[in-house]
Amino acid sequence: MSRPTKISRRKLLGTAAGATAALPLLHETVPHRVAHDQFARAAGTDGHAGHSAGGTATAHPKGTQRRTIGSVDPRVNGFDPAEIVRDFDRGTVTQEGGRTVRTFEIVAEDREIEVAPGVKFAAWTYNGRVPGPTLRATEGDLLRVKFVNGSGHPHTMHFHGIHAPRHDGIPEVAPGDIAPGKSFTYEFEARPFGLHLYHCHTSPLAEHISKGLYGTFVIDPKQGRPEADELVMMMNGFDTNFDAENEIYAVNTVAFAYHDRPIQVKRDELVRIYLVNITEFDPLNSFHIHGNFFDYFPTGTKLEPRDFTDTVIQGQGERGICELRFPFTGKVMFHAHVSEFADLGWMGFFEVVD
Amino acid sequence: MEAGTATAPRARRTAPPWLAGLLPLLILGAAIAVFVAFDAPGLGERNGVPVEELVVERTVLHPGEIELVVRNDGPDPVAVRQAIVNDAFVGFSQSDPQIDRLRGGKVTIDYPWIEGQAYAIALVTSTGGTVDAAVDVAAETPANDVGFFGLMALIGLYVGVIPVAIGMLWLPWIRRIDPRYVQFLLALTLGLLAFLGIDAALEGTEIAATGAQAFGGAALVFLGAGAAYLALVGVDGWLRGRRTREESEGAGPWRLSFLVALGIGLHNLGEGLAIGSAYAIGSLALGTALVVGFALHNTTEGLAIVAPVARAGEAAGPARLGRLIGLGALAGLPAVLGAFVGALAYNPSLAAFMFGLGAGAIAQVIVQIAPGVRDKAGRLLHPLAVGGLLTGLVLMYTTGLLVSV
Repeated sequence: MSRPTKISRRKLLGTAAGATAALPLLHETVPHRVAHDQFARAAGTDGHAGHSAGGTATAHPKGTQRRTIGSVDPRVNGFDPAEIVRDFDRGTVTQEGGRTVRTFEIVAEDREIEVAPGVKFAAWTYNGRVPGPTLRATEGDLLRVKFVNGSGHPHTMHFHGIHAPRHDGIPEVAPGDIAPGKSFTYEFEARPFGLHLYHCHTSPLAEHISKGLYGTFVIDPKQGRPEADELVMMMNGFDTNFDAENEIYAVNTVAFAYHDRPIQVKRDELVRIYLVNITEFDPLNSFHIHGNFFDYFPTGTKLEPRDFTDTVIQGQGERGICELRFPFTGKVMFHAHVSEFADLGWMGFFEVVD
Repeated sequence: MEAGTATAPRARRTAPPWLAGLLPLLILGAAIAVFVAFDAPGLGERNGVPVEELVVERTVLHPGEIELVVRNDGPDPVAVRQAIVNDAFVGFSQSDPQIDRLRGGKVTIDYPWIEGQAYAIALVTSTGGTVDAAVDVAAETPANDVGFFGLMALIGLYVGVIPVAIGMLWLPWIRRIDPRYVQFLLALTLGLLAFLGIDAALEGTEIAATGAQAFGGAALVFLGAGAAYLALVGVDGWLRGRRTREESEGAGPWRLSFLVALGIGLHNLGEGLAIGSAYAIGSLALGTALVVGFALHNTTEGLAIVAPVARAGEAAGPARLGRLIGLGALAGLPAVLGAFVGALAYNPSLAAFMFGLGAGAIAQVIVQIAPGVRDKAGRLLHPLAVGGLLTGLVLMYTTGLLVSV
């Protein structure tokens, strides 16, 4: 009974409970002509003009702007989606016998974050942010990722890639779960090149992932990729009321973050988006760009694009690289083409400038 | 004075009686003050996460706007931070950024709702919890203007006053029929009342479940029932006392009729409340079927009022028109009042209590009428009475079908 209000949104219509259903004796529906006429009048041209954004599709004076109220202060939250989007951690680089070694230190930390204005979420984080740092290496590098569990719960770091079972970060194979206060260094070669991810693999898996323990893992091909303005977008969601369904969707955690503060890009400059779907509870997520098309490299493991499109669908854990140039200046929208996710926070803008 | 002088020597040493009675209260107050001042010594920090319980008491729809009247039903303050309608974040404003325990608040959502559609609303709190509300069929909530009051009064007249008055027109007939049939009619009245009582109690309990449980929930129905029962016993006792002093023996049946009318009136208060609130949320069809149904349903209530008089025959005294109108108004007019309250200030907890009042009043009336059904041998459930009871229940059930479409 600690949370009596956790009835899910989607089950709601089925139960049809609440105050409105309190009157079975008199329950009958009819067309409400009188009310409708009044309604049409109120929605007409007179009055309410101040609220109308002008020329909206509906006849209604208000409510056409669907979004959250207020804003999230990045200083309070400890991380800023506006910075995360271009933040790559290449580790501490050393050479060992002519080979590049990259050392990372990742600390798991329990931390309350704000996923929508005013809405707090008891997250589990890597390095205090959700998503965790974007780790980046070049194919063939030796990676040493020291994982320190500063959380109150056991966790692991499981990387996608080709590596030995001991360094896979799963509870079933030694070293298994890393207990609170303990640490372990995962060591493996960066391969294959492409766009990957890492996440906690402790059971229950959905809980450990959905609470925020994930991040993007980029392995560049040896010859590199063309120079570009590179962006990281992790499509995620948050089950704030523990009903195994997401209440809030976003890219890089904060609902509508790029809707309220667009991502600035330069006209005609190559933009490369590392797009990763880490959404839990929903099998699919998608990415759609307005007024433009992009080359799509699924998993980034080939250098030739597979597709030229404006919409891609990704399953859980799926990812791919989008490359595009913006031919016009101005605000360009991007969002999940799962409209529900878009309306619940996964919607943003590029601000294309000269 | 003897006692005074006898206790005088002791009075100097012991406190006066009123102080002795006050002492435990004073100590309790001091203990609470100390407990609060030291912040609940020994109990430590509060255990667990805050419990958020917000109840949506009323949903009001205006063009482009959905207004939720909410109440904090839990032990901790609740802060609404975002609002979701049909899986989309929406703009909203609220009366208070934080709603404290038992306090009410208002959340006004900007939403281009469309008539006839259903909406699932979720208020997202600061902890990420969701408070759910549903609009089953969207329709504009009527404005509280003169026309609206006129309409509510008309509904109240249609479903309350007129049917009851028509039912009372059976009086001349039942005064002439064989007394045995009158007994049957009284039993039938008992059946009618039993049905209404059960109906009121069940409906009250159902409504209570939708309201703030901190106010008592279903207990409010029983509290209301108990209060009404006791109040009617009191009124009855007062009337009896007055009658024995001032009036003849024959006043008894009218007293009984008065109590039946009062009980039915309290029941109709709840019925009017249900109608008014259903109208307010747009889920009421003011069609002829409903009005006709209520007319048939409530006409039997009129019969119940005059039946006690018939039993007494001529001894009951003259059936003055004013007296009859008064009884009819007592039984029927509360429906008008209920409709006003239901449409303007619907509150599930209040409604549950009012339904409880109706149920309790009816229970008391049943107790009052029951002796009149006894046959010469003193049996209550003789065949004729059982037949009447069952007929009453069936009558109410079948006419009830007409209004529960």
